[in-house]
Amino acid sequence: MQNDAPQHLMGYKTLAAVLAILLMLTGITVGVSYVDLGIMNVPLALGIASTKVTFVLLFFMHLKYEGKAIKVSFLCTIFFLAIMISFTFWDVAFR
Amino acid sequence: MENKSDFTGIRIGMWLFLYTEIILFGGLFVLYAVYLHMYPDDFVSGGKQLDRVIGALNTVILLISSFTVAASITAIRKNSKKLSLGLLAFSFLCGVVFLVNKYFEWGYKFHHDIYPNSETLTNGPPGENIFFGLYYVITGLHGLHVIIGMTLLAVSFIWVAKGKIEHNNFAMLENSGLYWHLVDLIWIFVFPLFYLVL
Repeated sequence: MQNDAPQHLMGYKTLAAVLAILLMLTGITVGVSYVDLGIMNVPLALGIASTKVTFVLLFFMHLKYEGKAIKVSFLCTIFFLAIMISFTFWDVAFR
Repeated sequence: MENKSDFTGIRIGMWLFLYTEIILFGGLFVLYAVYLHMYPDDFVSGGKQLDRVIGALNTVILLISSFTVAASITAIRKNSKKLSLGLLAFSFLCGVVFLVNKYFEWGYKFHHDIYPNSETLTNGPPGENIFFGLYYVITGLHGLHVIIGMTLLAVSFIWVAKGKIEHNNFAMLENSGLYWHLVDLIWIFVFPLFYLVL
C-alpha cells in the first residue's frame, strides 16, 4: 500500500505562525471597520476574511498537502458556491 | 490480504460531508447578499447594534481553538499523549467560552426586545427585521455546529485517553479537527458580515 503514505506532519512552529497571521488579520479587519470607506468596506472585509479562510484551509486543514481528489473536489465546491451566490445576486440586482 | 485502514478514503468522506455544510451556509449567505443589496441602510444600523468587541473576542477564541486542535494532532502523532489531551481539553473549553459569550449576547438582545417576532422588530424598519432574522438563524445554526464540534472533540478526547487514537491511527481526531476548522471558517465570514458592516 505504497499510495497510502502517512499524511504530512504539521510542525508546531508552522501552526503557531499561521495562528499569529490569523490574529493579525483579525486585528486589521476590526481596525479598518472603524474607518468609513463607503462602498469599499464590505469588499475589504470580505477580502480579509477570504485571506484568513485560505490560511485555515491550507494549513490547519492541510489542504496544501492533500492529494488531487480532495483539492479538485474542493475547488469544484467553491466554484459551485460562486455560481450560486453571483448568479442569484445578479438576478436580483439587475431585475 | 493486509488489513489496513484507508486514511485517504476516510478524509475524502469527511470532506464530501464538509462540502454539503459549505453549501448549506452558502445558501444563507446568498440571502444575506440579496437583502444587504435591498436594505443597505437598515443592515448598517442593525450591525451597529451588535457588539463588535464580543464578536472580535469570539473570533479570537475560535482561531486559538483551531490552532490547539491542529496542534493536538501533531502531538498525538509525535506520541505525546498528555500534550494532545491537554490541547483537546483546552479547545473544548474554548467552545464553552464561545457559547457563554453567545448566550450573554443573545440574552442582551432579547432584553432589548430584539428577537424574531418581537414588537420592536415587527414595527421597525423591514430591513432591520430581516437583518436580525438572518443574525439569529445564521449564528444559531453556527452555534449548533459549535455544539456538534465540541461533542466530536469530547469523543476524540476519550478515545485518545483510552488509546483508541494513537500515533498511527488518528483518523477520528483528524476528522473531528476538520469539522472544528469548518466551524471556524464559517465564523470568519459571519463576523465581518454581521458585526463589521458600516
